[in-house]
Amino acid sequence: MRPTTLFFIILALSGAAYQLGQRRAWNVGKSLGGLKNLHSRPAYYGLLAALWCAIPALIVFAAWQAFETRIITGLVVAALPESVQSLPESRLGLVVNDIRNLVAGNIVSGQIDPAMRQAADRYRSLQAASHAALAVIVLCLGCAGAYAVRRNITLTLKARNHVERVITWGLVLCSTLAIFTTIGIVLSVLYESIRFFKAVPATEFLFGLKWSPQMAIRADQVGSSGAFGAVPVFAGTALISTIAMLVAVPIGLMSAIYLSEYAGRRFRAVAKPLIEILAGIPTVVYGYFAALTVAPVIRRTGSLAGLDVSSESALAAGLVMGVMIIPFVSSLSDDVINAVPQALRDGAYGLGATKSETIRQVVIPAALPGIVGGVLLAVSRAIGETMIVVMAAGLAANLTVNPLQAVTTVTVQIVTLLIGDQEFDSPKTLAAFALGLLLFVVTLILNLIALHVVRTYREQYE
Amino acid sequence: MIAIKNINPPPATPHPHSRLGSREDFRTIGEAVVANPKIRCRHVDVFYGPKQAIFDVSLDIGNKEVIAMIGPSGCGKSTFLRCLNRMNDTIEGCRVSGDITLDGQNIYDEKQDVVPLRAQVGIVFQKPNPFPKSIWDNVAYGPKIHGLAETKSELEGIVETSLQKAGLWEEVKDRLHQPGTGLSGGQQQRLCIARTIAVSPEVILMDEPCSALDPIATAKIEDLIDELRTQYSIAIVTHSMQQAARVSQRTAYFHLGYLIEVGQTQQIFTTPRHRLTEDYITGRFG
Repeated sequence: MRPTTLFFIILALSGAAYQLGQRRAWNVGKSLGGLKNLHSRPAYYGLLAALWCAIPALIVFAAWQAFETRIITGLVVAALPESVQSLPESRLGLVVNDIRNLVAGNIVSGQIDPAMRQAADRYRSLQAASHAALAVIVLCLGCAGAYAVRRNITLTLKARNHVERVITWGLVLCSTLAIFTTIGIVLSVLYESIRFFKAVPATEFLFGLKWSPQMAIRADQVGSSGAFGAVPVFAGTALISTIAMLVAVPIGLMSAIYLSEYAGRRFRAVAKPLIEILAGIPTVVYGYFAALTVAPVIRRTGSLAGLDVSSESALAAGLVMGVMIIPFVSSLSDDVINAVPQALRDGAYGLGATKSETIRQVVIPAALPGIVGGVLLAVSRAIGETMIVVMAAGLAANLTVNPLQAVTTVTVQIVTLLIGDQEFDSPKTLAAFALGLLLFVVTLILNLIALHVVRTYREQYE
Repeated sequence: MIAIKNINPPPATPHPHSRLGSREDFRTIGEAVVANPKIRCRHVDVFYGPKQAIFDVSLDIGNKEVIAMIGPSGCGKSTFLRCLNRMNDTIEGCRVSGDITLDGQNIYDEKQDVVPLRAQVGIVFQKPNPFPKSIWDNVAYGPKIHGLAETKSELEGIVETSLQKAGLWEEVKDRLHQPGTGLSGGQQQRLCIARTIAVSPEVILMDEPCSALDPIATAKIEDLIDELRTQYSIAIVTHSMQQAARVSQRTAYFHLGYLIEVGQTQQIFTTPRHRLTEDYITGRFG
């Protein structure tokens, strides 16, 4: 039986167990003086039976799937001729791959000798035996679980409490999953970064002023020596993000103020979704808008003013990125401004404050922490943005504050370092992970600040 | 100008069974009019969208008197109060018709600016709503936006006297720069009153100022209202008939958007002339 089929059979079995448990509880309740005498509603007994049927079976199923291949491979390798077993690890891996390919009927790399064919047959028979054993064990477990619950259904069985405990554990599992994923990502990036820092000193990476990751791969190649100073790259990120925020914060905030304080209900109903559409445009589309429309306009305007503008400029990327971020700022600010209690506005109006005085001196200060939180989230978004910068700002790692020059950003460098063939023992490739780690730390700090600010804000009105 | 004797004309087609003072009769009984009023309202109707909330109310608020407005929930007393300094302007779909004059000046006139109006007619709300700023900034805010003080010491003087008048000075003089939201409910409400006084209004509107407060804080506010009466005209909406009886000189009873009866507080609570008033103050409904 194939594992997928087995999996669906377990689910079907569990569904049947649900019916069985529910029916049984119903009968027990009816025969002992009505359903109200049952500790829980019949559906809970059904759920309990279903859980007892499915959970142990699925755990065994998952464990089996995880270890099956490794154990079978070990057995097959142990039966191979002595000469093959003594091969170095990488060669042995190739042989094992060939055997697996033979089993699956795929193309094999080398010649097929009788020993290998024998091994493949052995592999196949072991696999069949394993699948059969798994099916028997899992189905028995499922039936046993369901039967155990069905036998124990009495008036006093606390089915609801048991089910709810299982659900609680399920919830805990889901919430920790996200945390463990984050930890996993951090560890994988950290691992590669440590390898990078073995080749390149951390001080050079953090404080070096030159970024030129191209380096000779073989000894006889004529290539640049490679310079891994991250400062120009982060400076580029900072420059473009600053330009983006200079566009997004004022425009976003003003539009939020207009929408929440001045606009009529009808205008608001139309304008707010339209603004939020901006957030739905793929960044690639923004990217070629920046590269093909905005950048030439800036270049032409610049040359009219006698300025030397490169065709890929930080300004073009920053402007378009700012437009992209406007909905973040305006939508979040709109929400916090709306959350300011009407009583505060009434208080100010009641003292004879004008509308603009009320907004400037009462509403915005009260909403400020929330607005700051929203802006910081937008900054994180700007720092992480890649496509627009790839297309509009270029790849040259210039250390400059002139927005008319081409600059590059952290995310763009990560992309270019990982495109094409890579070797994972070259600092050039590993540099991508070090950049990623540093970027992660920076955005993490920003998010922590944002969270902190938002939390302080909440305390004020509750 | 409308002749005083003509206010509140009977409806064109009175209810067939209605007699003066019966439950079906919504014509105003009593002395709605005083000589030399501070605020003068004639035939005020208020609509929220298509729904009419106030029907043809005519009422005067005298100089330096406390007038209490009572009535069951939803009877329109708060709506009426908010008309008096045009706070209803901030509510979308709210429309006011009729005449409301302050010192003979129509406050719903096109040329009337609401900013000086609200400085003249201050309002204190049901729930204390200090700004999330320091105590000092809360009180100083009004004088600052209206330019009432030219120097820092003048402003300090205004803040101090306002807090003193509101009976809060002794309690907060050592922590003027701490947040106003950190005070207790009763102190917050007195802070809001101090804030209102600081722009030196002529009329103070109070919309159930004690409904969120405990009895001791309520007693303090009531004493305060009694003192403020010597300098300001006060209109207070309240759910507590005892409070109306304690603090006011005149009382107006509202019912379903109509002004039913108005008169001297003593008379309203001892010998009400309208059945609805009598039912309400004897606790038969409300």
